[in-house]
Amino acid sequence: MQTLKRDLVIIGGGPAGLSAAVSARENGCDDVLLLERDRILGGILNQCIHDGFGLHRFGEALTGPEYAQRYIDEYEKLKGDVLLETIVLNMDEQRNLLVSSRHGFTKIEAGAVILAMGCRERTAGAISLPGTRPAGIYTAGAAQNFINLQNIMVGKRVVIMGSGDIGLIMARRMTLEGARVEGVFEILPYASGLPRNIQQCLNDYDIPLHLSTSVVDIHGKERLTGVTVACMDETLKPIPGTERHVPCDTLLLSVGLIPENELSRAARIAMEPRTSGPQVDDTLMTSIPGVFSCGNVLHVHDLADWVSEEAALAGRSAVSYLEKNIAPPEKKIPISAGNGVRYVLPQTVSGLMDFTLSLRVASPSRNRVITVMDGGREVARKKIVRLHPAEMIHIKIKEEKISEADKLEVSVA
Amino acid sequence: MTNFYDVIIIGAGVVGNAIARELSRFDIKAAVIERELDVGGGTSSRNSGVVHSGIHYKPGTLRAKLNVQGNAMMGNLCKELKVKIEYLGKLTVAQDETDVETLHSLKAQGDANGVPGLAILNKQQMEKLQPGIGGIMALHSPSTGIICPYGLTIALAENACANGVHFYLGQEVTAISRTEKGFEVKTTSGERFESRVLINSAGLYSDAICRMLGIDEYRIYPCRGEYLILDKRLAGTLSLLVYPAPHKGGAGLGIHLTNTVDGNILIGPSNEYVDEADDYACTAEILSLLKKEGHDLLPGISAADFIRNFSGLRAKQAPPSEGGFRDFVIESRKDIPGFINLVGIESPGLTSAPAIGLMVRDMVEKLLPLPFKASFIAEREGRAGFFYELSPEERADLVAENPDYGEVVCRCEQITRKEVLDAIQNPLGVKTINGIKYRSRAMMGRCQGGFCLPRIVQILEKEFGYKPEDYLLQHAHSPLFAGRVR
Repeated sequence: MQTLKRDLVIIGGGPAGLSAAVSARENGCDDVLLLERDRILGGILNQCIHDGFGLHRFGEALTGPEYAQRYIDEYEKLKGDVLLETIVLNMDEQRNLLVSSRHGFTKIEAGAVILAMGCRERTAGAISLPGTRPAGIYTAGAAQNFINLQNIMVGKRVVIMGSGDIGLIMARRMTLEGARVEGVFEILPYASGLPRNIQQCLNDYDIPLHLSTSVVDIHGKERLTGVTVACMDETLKPIPGTERHVPCDTLLLSVGLIPENELSRAARIAMEPRTSGPQVDDTLMTSIPGVFSCGNVLHVHDLADWVSEEAALAGRSAVSYLEKNIAPPEKKIPISAGNGVRYVLPQTVSGLMDFTLSLRVASPSRNRVITVMDGGREVARKKIVRLHPAEMIHIKIKEEKISEADKLEVSVA
Repeated sequence: MTNFYDVIIIGAGVVGNAIARELSRFDIKAAVIERELDVGGGTSSRNSGVVHSGIHYKPGTLRAKLNVQGNAMMGNLCKELKVKIEYLGKLTVAQDETDVETLHSLKAQGDANGVPGLAILNKQQMEKLQPGIGGIMALHSPSTGIICPYGLTIALAENACANGVHFYLGQEVTAISRTEKGFEVKTTSGERFESRVLINSAGLYSDAICRMLGIDEYRIYPCRGEYLILDKRLAGTLSLLVYPAPHKGGAGLGIHLTNTVDGNILIGPSNEYVDEADDYACTAEILSLLKKEGHDLLPGISAADFIRNFSGLRAKQAPPSEGGFRDFVIESRKDIPGFINLVGIESPGLTSAPAIGLMVRDMVEKLLPLPFKASFIAEREGRAGFFYELSPEERADLVAENPDYGEVVCRCEQITRKEVLDAIQNPLGVKTINGIKYRSRAMMGRCQGGFCLPRIVQILEKEFGYKPEDYLLQHAHSPLFAGRVR
């Protein structure tokens, strides 16, 4: 088996990996290797043919493939190295990777690693959906792959379970391709996708969104013939008597995304239960020195633009690490999620640099203030008119505000 | 057109295929007719995958005899057929004094049945085998094992097929009539078959086959068991099988945790009589009950560890009012010479299958001469287990030989393109997506095909010329797709 030594290895060539790779080259790393298991770079962006990407990064509305191409072109211009159709099978605590491709098995000893594997969709099995298992049940992303990349129609009469962004996008996509979308059924009292997608994908096409309603049974022995939906009480249990049958031949699931951290777990990286991603510091370094994490493998993002921004920081940090500019910091200031906050990233900061806090709130509300407190001292605050769990919130915090801090807590007040 | 055979077997479950494989040693013409598009689509692929020891059955019954005999045969059979099996052993655990009595009577029964190595263990001895285990006393049965049930069913069929048995899949038997020489069988395909010997191993439909020949004395009551499959993250939690002591009148062996040979854990099965022999639904009530059991039995478990649910049906002869078990019916009918009838082969049918194969062979031998066939090949090609289970060095060598081993199609289970291609080009010619899944293990991981199904569809289109309408999930009317995007 061949063994290679590389300075920086980036696992995953989607929006996170591409941006991290470009950033690492721009910041002067000569030896960057980007590993991608697919035949082309871009990851999930390749099947996202709708627009709306790049509004923050480039100030224009691009499609997914166009957005990816900007980074691919940039990385090519910077003469970065890529291995396609290459999958990482394992990684250990010393940053040794076992890699497989049609050319063979290879061991790579990496000076630094950036984890950018993205996320996967929650399945019917993962939510223990009752009923039969006929053909016609897909995750929204798999259906998007079939329609947009393989020119295959998955069905004609569609129910969408869950109101995640991919489900909303697919409601519109299926409608445009001539399918009848019976509705989107969301178990929570509010949508989990972005408000702009509710407007542009559902309201503009008269597709009903049923809140506090979910699919409780599946019918059909061969192909799906229908589902039973029911209204939910506050504890998310079906309310007896509210069941109704919705005939359909297709059920698309958009019930959540799960960071794809099998490699991180194999390497025994410390994980954060709230995000299902690694715990990181303000450089996005994980519990293993020299291993960084960014994008949807770190926490599920709402916009690709924020993935790119976060990944650029991971790229810069990895270069600094390789140049020995960042040793693991002596001081680690923990940051915790307080009242009304679902999660906050990073989990610790050094107090030695400016950083951006990423967080999501636990429930929708209006006209609130997000506060960052160091004990009784207010470090930062941000007024927000409309707060929604679907939208990530970012707060920039200056080094001088936290250099003396003991521990930080982020709350909705 | 009529197809003439010496022996026709109805039903390609593990029992039918074990009989077919046994008969393929002899120089006769044999065929298997199956209503589903693949073998093992019923009870054989939907169970705990346990090779039972034989402690649970009354001495002198067919279930006791065939279970113990089948258990002893299974190791060698799996070696020949390249099927994974592990004799892990099992603890049947007592919680109170009533249970302890049950353990003692189970041990006496097991000893009488010839089950090897049974021992009653105290708490300390139990702890040694399974640290942290509850209960006050246990019966240890070292010969209990685990096996991949559909893997065995497929392997038996493929080996029988390689030895000349014809498989007719996707043909449901619609009528049987007696002829001068034996039987005429009609199927939904319009084809007609004639045979001298006819074997009914139709499982959940065995009573329906009986009725086609005017036998009205049997009725099958499908009894559903639901299961949850747990993530491989929990593999290694259990070093052997742990069952509760059985309680009187139960139709199954109680909800328990079972390791699978592929590293998952199953929670189940429940027990519920249903009306239809193909009602494989799961119910919210039982799934939440199983989850509760899971949390009780495995404290480290989280919501994300439940990756899939499924249900199977027991082909029970005992009606709901009676409960419990009845013995297997395996008979060569005197009133209908040439008709060998198997009814009510529920648990331990999987374990007993090899022994049933021998028993039915003896019955056939009384009806037909069975000359040995010199060309019989007992060994199935390939290796037991999957590519990912080999060492990195072995895998590296295989990739160098065949680059298709280097391309991972199913990332969760690390199943390669070579394994997927092998599954697509299976010897029985099965073309369903579930056929590929059961053979390759692709789509069985935590993403349940979200990542690899689109890739497998692409392979089928590019390499095998599939059109959107050609993709079937499992059944004849289970199309995956509605056509091309307009």
